[in-house]
Order: sequence, then structure tokens, then C-alpha cells
Amino acid sequence: MAEQTKEYRATLKPEGVRGKSIRKDELREVPHVTSRPNAKYAWAAGVAMSRFLDELKEGRIVGRKCRKCARVLVPPRMFCERCYRQTDEWVELPGTAVIETFAVSYLDTDANRIKEPILVGVVDLDGAPPHCGFMHYFDEMSPDEIHIGMPVEAVWKPKEERDGAITDIRYFRPRRK
Amino acid sequence: MNLKETNRSAAVVGAGMTLFASRLQETGKEMTWEAAKMALDQAGLTLADIDAVILGTAPDAFDGVHKKGEWLLDGAGGVGKPYMRVYTGGGTAVMAPIAGWWHVASGMYDKVLVLCEEKMSSVQPHAQSAFGHIWDPILDRPLKPNLVWIFSMEMQRYMHKYDVSYEDIASVAVKNKRNAVGHPCAQLADPDITLEDVINSEPMALPVRRLDISPPSDGASAVVIVRGDMAHDLTEIPVFIDGVGWCIDTTMWTNRDLAFPEFVVKAAKMAYDMAGIDNPKKEIDVAEPYDPFDYKEVQHLEALGLFEPGEAARATREGKTQRDGELPVCPSGGLLGVGNPIAATLGIKVGELFWQLSGQAGVRQVKKDIRTGVTQAWGDLMQFSSVLVMRRH
Amino acid sequence: MSNRDVAVIGVGYTTFQALTPDVNWKEMMFEAASEAYEDAGLDPRKDVDSFITCAEDFWEGFSIFDEFTPDQLGAVLRPMHTVSGDGLQGLASAYMLIRSGLCDIVAVEAHSKISELLTFEGVVKLSFDPVYEAPLFETAHPYAAAGLEMRSYLEASGTTEEQCAAVAAQHKRNAFSNPIAGFAARIETDDVLDSGYLFDPLKKLEIAPRADGSIVIVLASGDVARRYAKPVYLEGIGWSSDSPWIASRGSDAPYAARAAEQAYRKASIANPQKEIDFAEVDDQFAFKTLQHLEALGLARPGEAGHLAEEGALGRNGHLPVNVSGGSLGCGHLMEASGLAKALEVTLQLRGEAGKRQLSNARVGVAQSWRGVPHGTGAVAVFSRRD
Repeated sequence: MAEQTKEYRATLKPEGVRGKSIRKDELREVPHVTSRPNAKYAWAAGVAMSRFLDELKEGRIVGRKCRKCARVLVPPRMFCERCYRQTDEWVELPGTAVIETFAVSYLDTDANRIKEPILVGVVDLDGAPPHCGFMHYFDEMSPDEIHIGMPVEAVWKPKEERDGAITDIRYFRPRRK
Repeated sequence: MNLKETNRSAAVVGAGMTLFASRLQETGKEMTWEAAKMALDQAGLTLADIDAVILGTAPDAFDGVHKKGEWLLDGAGGVGKPYMRVYTGGGTAVMAPIAGWWHVASGMYDKVLVLCEEKMSSVQPHAQSAFGHIWDPILDRPLKPNLVWIFSMEMQRYMHKYDVSYEDIASVAVKNKRNAVGHPCAQLADPDITLEDVINSEPMALPVRRLDISPPSDGASAVVIVRGDMAHDLTEIPVFIDGVGWCIDTTMWTNRDLAFPEFVVKAAKMAYDMAGIDNPKKEIDVAEPYDPFDYKEVQHLEALGLFEPGEAARATREGKTQRDGELPVCPSGGLLGVGNPIAATLGIKVGELFWQLSGQAGVRQVKKDIRTGVTQAWGDLMQFSSVLVMRRH
Repeated sequence: MSNRDVAVIGVGYTTFQALTPDVNWKEMMFEAASEAYEDAGLDPRKDVDSFITCAEDFWEGFSIFDEFTPDQLGAVLRPMHTVSGDGLQGLASAYMLIRSGLCDIVAVEAHSKISELLTFEGVVKLSFDPVYEAPLFETAHPYAAAGLEMRSYLEASGTTEEQCAAVAAQHKRNAFSNPIAGFAARIETDDVLDSGYLFDPLKKLEIAPRADGSIVIVLASGDVARRYAKPVYLEGIGWSSDSPWIASRGSDAPYAARAAEQAYRKASIANPQKEIDFAEVDDQFAFKTLQHLEALGLARPGEAGHLAEEGALGRNGHLPVNVSGGSLGCGHLMEASGLAKALEVTLQLRGEAGKRQLSNARVGVAQSWRGVPHGTGAVAVFSRRD
């Protein structure tokens, strides 16, 4: 038994050997093949999300109510995942919210560094119970001003530019009185 | 569920892992083979002795290979055998050995090999590009998110709700990167790192900075799990799997309480109940929670019932979770110190507990007598957790 | 320990269709799951101990598809995981969870929303080894690999192209009596033979069309199953993989033979030809039906083609095969195809197969294969124990 253990240790690299990141030029030194996956999809949005997107186009945020647990589900679903039953009715929300949480990002999608940080976070929508909201951008505020609990409101794209997407809302800004 | 009556007689008798680093030359199959060979050697077994193989590996997009499990199967030793891939994102690191447990505990197989592999360097320009496909295509993807964003949002919410300081959280990164110094597979071990280094590291998505994050990595790990009554014939000190638990939360991540991972609590309760643990604070001697970010270690320690909510970060700064502290946490060096090849972190979670509890952890060995350990992994879109309780009988 | 037998206590399923643009995959899964829980008379939020989905990232278009699974199955804040495999491998996982004593009730889901994948061919090509094999398929359709396998099977077994064509015609006709099947057709062997070579010797009508659909099967321990009127027992299950290299494989589906051996051992089946009354086997390509029947020991090597020609595999033959219509008649459901086989076996053993009900069906076998270019498959034996 003891021998096996010794042999095992011997197969590990000695102490002091460390891994490191690979640089682009090192990549070229190793024989390799490259390919780009040919994978394209067209997902059906589904019953609930189709309506949600249609309403965004009209400048409205809607949720689905589950009468059993009394929650308004935003983003809307045709079934309540907690009660495991079909949801009951559509509810329109006022489009105001408070900031549930946020990040001040110096990285873009592909992990490239950016100079001006993106303000992004989760909004907790008015008219829905706690923890019912979605991710979006924040603007018209500085990284120093943004905070959890900050009242915000949706800023919409002009009607003619909306195409039924979450980006029909440009961002959320501090709520004006 | 019959947690108290469940078959508890399956044990780990060998483990292996490769260097964690960007490894251009080896393919995933080759790394998998290397880890499998180490684990089999340590158990004194050959592939012919193995009845079934369980594979864990995370997104297929990293390799651009469809049904990645099928592709890896010869490296994993699965040819001609029952071969099963389980997949719960980052949670796979501990889920695959749980599946290994049920292969044995069901009475179907006597000896199984559990492999976990990840090669993140193949995807260009960055592993983040593959993570782009992790998001909801309607709600999230149009906003062009970076995966670090949600961790930052979660950390922010956690700090806010429990009034936890960034400095206290950052002390986790210092501890783990120092712990990793003794680990032969470590990518980012640093004996000289200080709290100031972490605090002053470049901002990623604040509050998250570069040194709060574990690095993407390539690697593979393996464990051999056998029927309990065979374990003592194969190794001096087998380590038994006494509790298993796993749990998933809703897909709708913006509908969750981001401050506290309820799903970890439930997964832990399942594992503790099965292991007969009523008071984890007293009964757990060593912990290897999932630490891809420093705040995740403290959040997980709290959800595992080892600290009260909001207290683990301060305890870390006070040294309570050092290797020689009251509760050694991540004596391996964790993902923060050794590296984060998603599923392959099996080796620094389950592998480390095996080596620690059987007294084979070398310079990383916890000095005090340890008998019971808990390890945990976390995955999907911040919503899944798997928990194992391991014990020396 | 308590009774660790394993039985099906509930099934739910959608229809199988080429296109399902009106629902997303979550809504489709919700439909199948709700029906299965209703069928089993249980509340998933309380009664189901663990949930399993069978899925592959590139079919779905997601990294880590496991994220998107719990809500529609009732699995939120419950133990749930994904098996990256075929539906029967999901059933095998559930079987082990119950046998270990840990769980009493486990729900297994598998689905296909393959109509949403616009580049099916492109994704199947990603299954080949990126260094050695993929470059060879740069200009060829990946199903050329099925043509290669069919040729070697015909050579080795003496099976004829006419016999394979007879299988395709039979399955498509069988589908007429299955209300959820999407690809029934009143065709004869000659129609198949005349449909033209796509991957010589593989012909157009010998390739299963793709379909969308979701299936949920609820398994329970013997103690729980005893309370049900019509439990169908999962007597044994096995799964196995051949080499991932297509050049290293035989033509006789050894994965299916090994999986069957394991399943039969568990089910105490010594003579499958005598003891198994009917079979639902993988038929993504017509010849695979015959190859699989031989690997399962339900026909001698080279014999299955003759059985097909003689009509012995029809609903009134001595070994009814794919009376559901199979993948050729119902549509192929990707990772759900194995569950579709298990579903049909269950319905037959319950006596709920409607117009296609077999008389005296007591023991049935379901078999799956993971498709080109893989050598992995599973076998499950079911019985009604009355």
C-alpha cells in the first residue's frame, strides 16, 4: 500500500512548477487545427415570452399572476414554478423599479477591458413581489451614485425603433419626481 | 427520500489529478487518461478491474465538440463499459462522484472510475466567449453580458444584506493562494500575496477584482470509488462517502434571493441527514467548499451551516479557516489558488478530502486529527449545488 | 431494506411533430410533465425525490442546458441533474437512485426541440474528432458514416437492401395506429427501394425524419409501486459504449449486445427469444433495426432481415417490433428517442396502446442508440408481473 502512495507522488510534478496563461504567439507554436462551429438556432419564444416581447414594443412591462401564491411573475411564465400550476392572468406594471443589485463592469462580453465602465444590474419592479425583475443597464448616474435600493425608471427607445426585445428599454435611470 | 436508511457503504480508494494550467499540447482525452491512470495506480487497480465509468465535464462549447462525453470516452477508460456523463455546470465536480456513489450503492457495480475533465484554452478568443451561450437568449443575451457581471451582482447583494466588508472577503483569496503553495498542480499559488495585492488588483466588474477570481484552466481529475467491504483490501485508509446531496434553484436568476444560496442549504441538509450529522459546526473537521470567487467561499461556508450568515468573511480574516485554524477551509488552495478547470476541480474538492482524511496530503496535510469532511460544488447559472460528506471510519 | 424493485408509475408525453413553433421547450416539457404527474397521481413539489433531464448542449443551443430544466418539471429547490445521454441512460440513473435506497420516486424527462436547430448537419459534424475525423467530413454529410456502417453490416450478415427497405415500410405503416406519430405513410418495400440512395446503400426513406416532442416517465420503488393499479416493472437495464473512433468499430453493434447482456442478467432472462414478447428498438436508419435485433439476441446473426421479409416483425408476427412506428414512423426525438421506446413498451404492458395493442404482451424490451457517429446505447427490460 505504502508503495503505491509513493509511486503516485512521483507522478506529480515537483513543487515549484506552476502553470501559466498561454500567450497568442505560444499558441502558434503548437500544431493545432481551427474550426468555427456551424451551429445556428431559432428558438420559439413561447406563449408567455411572446406576449412579453409584444408588450415591450408597446412600451409596457407585463407579468403573469399566480393566484395560488399571489406572485406576479416577471419575466412572465405560463406556469408557476413554485406551485406547479398554470398561471392565471396578465398584469401590467408601472415601469418603475428599485435597484436590487448592480455591477460596475470594466469588461465587455468577450472579457475585453473597457475604459468607461458599464453599469448593469437587476431591477426589482414595482407592482411585483420582491425578487421579481430582470437584468438591465443603468445610465444617467455615476458609479459613485448607484446603490442598492435606488429608485429607477425605464427609458424606452422611440416607438418606431422598438422591435420587441428587452433592448426596447434602453436603460433604467434615477426616477424623476 | 430515505436518508437514514440509505446504503452508506461506498468508499474512495484512489485519486489523481493533472497540473492545472493552460495545456496546449495535450488533448482533453490525454489529460483525462493521465488523471485516470494516477487514480487507478493509487488504488492498485487497472482499467480491467473497473466495472463502470462516470464522466463529468462542463460546456461542450469549450471544445466545440458535440456530445463531448462520447468524444472523451476512450481517454476516460469507458470503451466497452457502461459509461455515463452527468452534467450540472460547475456543480459537476462534486456531482460526478455522487453519481459514482449511486453506481456502487445501488449494487449495480463494485468498482467505478469517476473522471472530470475541462480544457478551457481551446476556445478563442477567451473562455468567456463560450459562456456567452449560458444566458437566456431573450432576456439576457441581447444585453451582451459577461459572466463576471452576475457574480459581481451576487457579491454586491450579499455584502449589502449582511453588511460584509470587501476586505474581509478578499482575505479568502489571500488564504487560498497561500495554501496552494504546497500543491504540485497549482496554477496561481503565491506565498507572498497580501491583502493589499487583492484590494489593489485591477477592477473587473466591481466589486469583483482580478484576484477575487479563480483563473480559467485546463486539467483533469479522477477518483476510484468501490464497495465499502472491498475498500480495506485496496488501501490502508479508505475514505467513505457517508452523505450525498444536491439541489437546483429556478432558472430565473433575477427572481432569486441573490444574497443567500438556499439551494446550498438544502443540498447540505440532504447530505448531513444521510451522514447523521446534526450539528455541522461541531462535527465537520475540514471543509472544501467551492471557491471560484472569494465571496463564494464565505457564502458557501454559511449555507453549509459552518458559520452564521454574514460571519464567515470576518472569521476568515481572523484566521479561523487557515489550515491550522479552528476549521481548515480549502487546505488544497482551492480554485483560487490551484486553478479553475470547472468540472476538473473534482481533484481539489473530493480528491483533496480523500488525501487529507487518509493522511496523504503531504505538506498540505492538516495537522490536527480530522475524521469528517464536507465538500461542495456550485454551478449552472448560480443555482445548483452538490455536497458530499466524507469520513474515515 | 425495503422493496427496491423499480417500476413505472406514470407517463406523460406530447405529440411528436416536425415543427412546434407555438410553444418553447419549457412549455413543451411542462405539458409532458404535468401529464405524467397526473397519471401517477402525485405532486412533484412534494412527492418526487429527484428529477433527471437528458439533454445535450449543442442540440439545445446552450452552454450548460441544465440551468434551464427545473422550473417546468416542478424541480425548483429539489435534487435534479442532467444526464448528457439518451433517455434510457436517464432511466438507468433513476433506477440506480432507487436501488441505492436513497429515492422512492424519480422523474425522468427527455425531449427534442430539434426543429429549432437550423444547422443540424453542422452540429452532427461537431461530434467527430476535431483533428482526425472532422476534416474528412468537411464536404460530406455526416450521415455518410451511417452508409459506411450499413455497407459493412450488409456484407457481414448477408442482409439484403430489400430486407432493410421492408423494415422502413413496415414502421411507417405501423405509425398509422399511433395517434402521436408524425410520419405515418402507406408505403411498400418498393417505394423505399425507389426513394433513391442518399448514402449508398442507405436510401432516403430508410432515414428517420426528425421530430419535436417531450416525454416524462416517473419511476418508483416497489413499495410505492404496489399501491398502483398497473405498475410496469423495470426488471433490468444496461448501457455500454464502443470506441469513439468510427474506424475501430465492428458492424454488429457490440454496445447493444453488452447493454442487453447487463439488462438481461438483472432481469434474469436466459433466453431472450423465448422470454421477450415484443421489442421497441432504435431505428434511426432502417438497417439499425435488424442489426440491433441481432445484437439483442432476438434473432440470430443474419436472421433479422429474413424475419422482416416474412412479416414476422409486424404487429401480428411472432416478434412484433416497433409497433409504435419507431423513429421511422414517429419521428426521431434525439435524446428522447430511448424514452419513446420505453413509453411504448409501458403503454403496451399496461394495455393502453389503443389500436396497436398487442395481445398477451407480458415482457418487452426497449433499446436506444445515440446516433451517428457514436457507439453508445442502452437496453431496458420491462414486464407486467400479474
